[in-house]
Amino acid sequence: MADSRTKTSDNSLGKQFAAVFKRDLLLSFRRKSDLANPLIFFLMVATLFPLGVSPEPNFLAEVAPGVVWVAALLATLLSLDGLFRSDFDDGTLEQVMLSPQPLMVVCLAKVAAHWVTTGLPLTLMSPLLGLMLFLPSDAMLGLMASLLIGTPTLSLIGAIGAGLTVGLKKGGVLISLLVLPLYIPVLIFGSGAVQAASIGLPVVGYLALLGAMLALGFVLAPFAISAAVRISVSG
Amino acid sequence: MSEPLLKVVDLYCERDERVLFDGLNFELSEGQLIQIEGANGSGKTTLLRILSGLSSHYEGDIYWQGEAIRDAKHSFLAALLYFGHQPGVKGMLTPIENLRWYAAIHPSLDEGSINSALEAVGLKGYEDVPCHSLSAGQNRRVSLARLYMNRAQLWILDEPFTAIDKRGVAAKEALLAGHVSQGGSVILTTHHDLSACGPVTKLNLDELMGT
Repeated sequence: MADSRTKTSDNSLGKQFAAVFKRDLLLSFRRKSDLANPLIFFLMVATLFPLGVSPEPNFLAEVAPGVVWVAALLATLLSLDGLFRSDFDDGTLEQVMLSPQPLMVVCLAKVAAHWVTTGLPLTLMSPLLGLMLFLPSDAMLGLMASLLIGTPTLSLIGAIGAGLTVGLKKGGVLISLLVLPLYIPVLIFGSGAVQAASIGLPVVGYLALLGAMLALGFVLAPFAISAAVRISVSG
Repeated sequence: MSEPLLKVVDLYCERDERVLFDGLNFELSEGQLIQIEGANGSGKTTLLRILSGLSSHYEGDIYWQGEAIRDAKHSFLAALLYFGHQPGVKGMLTPIENLRWYAAIHPSLDEGSINSALEAVGLKGYEDVPCHSLSAGQNRRVSLARLYMNRAQLWILDEPFTAIDKRGVAAKEALLAGHVSQGGSVILTTHHDLSACGPVTKLNLDELMGT
C-alpha cells in the first residue's frame, strides 16, 4: 500500500492525458450525431447565407471572411454544452476529481479531444465554405491558418464556460453569455486575417496575435477550467 | 495507540437551511468498518461527499493520518476509493474500457487485474458489451469491480448493494471482510445488516439531526 501513495511520475501524467483523450475521442465516434452536428450547422450557414442575403459574387467575397468565422464560432459554441455534461450526469466527473493527479491534465485532455472533433474538422472544411462564398483562392491559406490557430483558443475559452455551467440543469444560454465576450478578440483577428489575405496584404501579424492568444489560453485556461469544474461538482 | 486514519472533529453541515448534522465526531482506524445509518434524506450521501473531499460545504475539521485533509490531499486521494451515488460508468463504453480508464486516472488501481475483477463480479462474457445495454445492477457491478483491483487503504462506499442480487451481496460482504482483516478501512452507507463482515461500528445520523 505504501508505494502506491507516493507514485506520481510524469509518465503517469502522460498516461492519464492519453487515456482521457482516447476515451473522449472514442465516445464522440460512438455518438456520430454529436460529431456531425456542428459541421452540419457550419455548412448550413454557408448554404443559406447567399440565399437569404444576395447571391452576388462580389458581395459574397467581401463578407465571406466574417461569415465563415462567425459560423465556425457559433458551431463551436453549439458543441460546448456537452463537453462536461455527460461526465457530470453519470458520475465520472466526480471520479476524475478524486484522482490524486491534477484535474488540469484531464481538463486539457478533454479540451484537446473537443478540438480534434470540432475545431479541426471545421478548419478542414473551411475551404469548401470559402469556395461557396466566392472567397478569392489567395485567401484560402489565410482562412485555414487563422482557423487552425484560432479554434483551439475557442475550445479552451469555451471549456471555462462549460465547466461553470455544468452543474446547472439548463446551461446552454448561460454559456453563450459567459463565453461570447471572450470570443470577440479571436473573431476580430481571425476574420481580419482572412480579409487581409483576400486583398493580398500580409497575414503574419494577425496570425501572430492569434498565436499569442492561443499561448495565453493554453497556459491560463486549464487553471480556470479545473477551478470551474471543481466549483460545479462540489456545489 | 497509533494515529487514527481519519478523524472528524465537530463537523457541522446544513443544507437548504436544515441542519443535517451538528457536532459530529468520530475516528476511523485501520481495520475498522463504519456503517452510517439514517433515514432517507438524513445526509448520508452528503457526509460521504464531505469525507471524500468532493463537497466543501461544511464546518469543522477532518484529519487524515493526523494532518488536516486539505494539506494532505494528495496522499489522501491516493489511498481512497470512492463509490458514489451514481455508478460512474459510461454507457457508450464497454466494461473493459471503463475500467481501463479508471486504472489510468487512479494509480492505485491495477490495470493488469481487470479481467479477474470482471470475473469476480460476475461479468465474464460481458466484457465487450456496451454498458448501456447492461442492467442497472450490472452497471453497478462494473464500478464495484474496482474494489477487486485496487490497493487503496480507505474505501468510501455509498449504497454499494443497491440493485445487486443476493449472491452478489454475499460476495461483496466477503470482500469487505477480507479488506478489513488486511488492515483496510471502510466507511459505507447501506440498509443491509453487515454482521457477516465482522465487528461493525455504527453511526446513526438520525440521532445527530438538528432541529
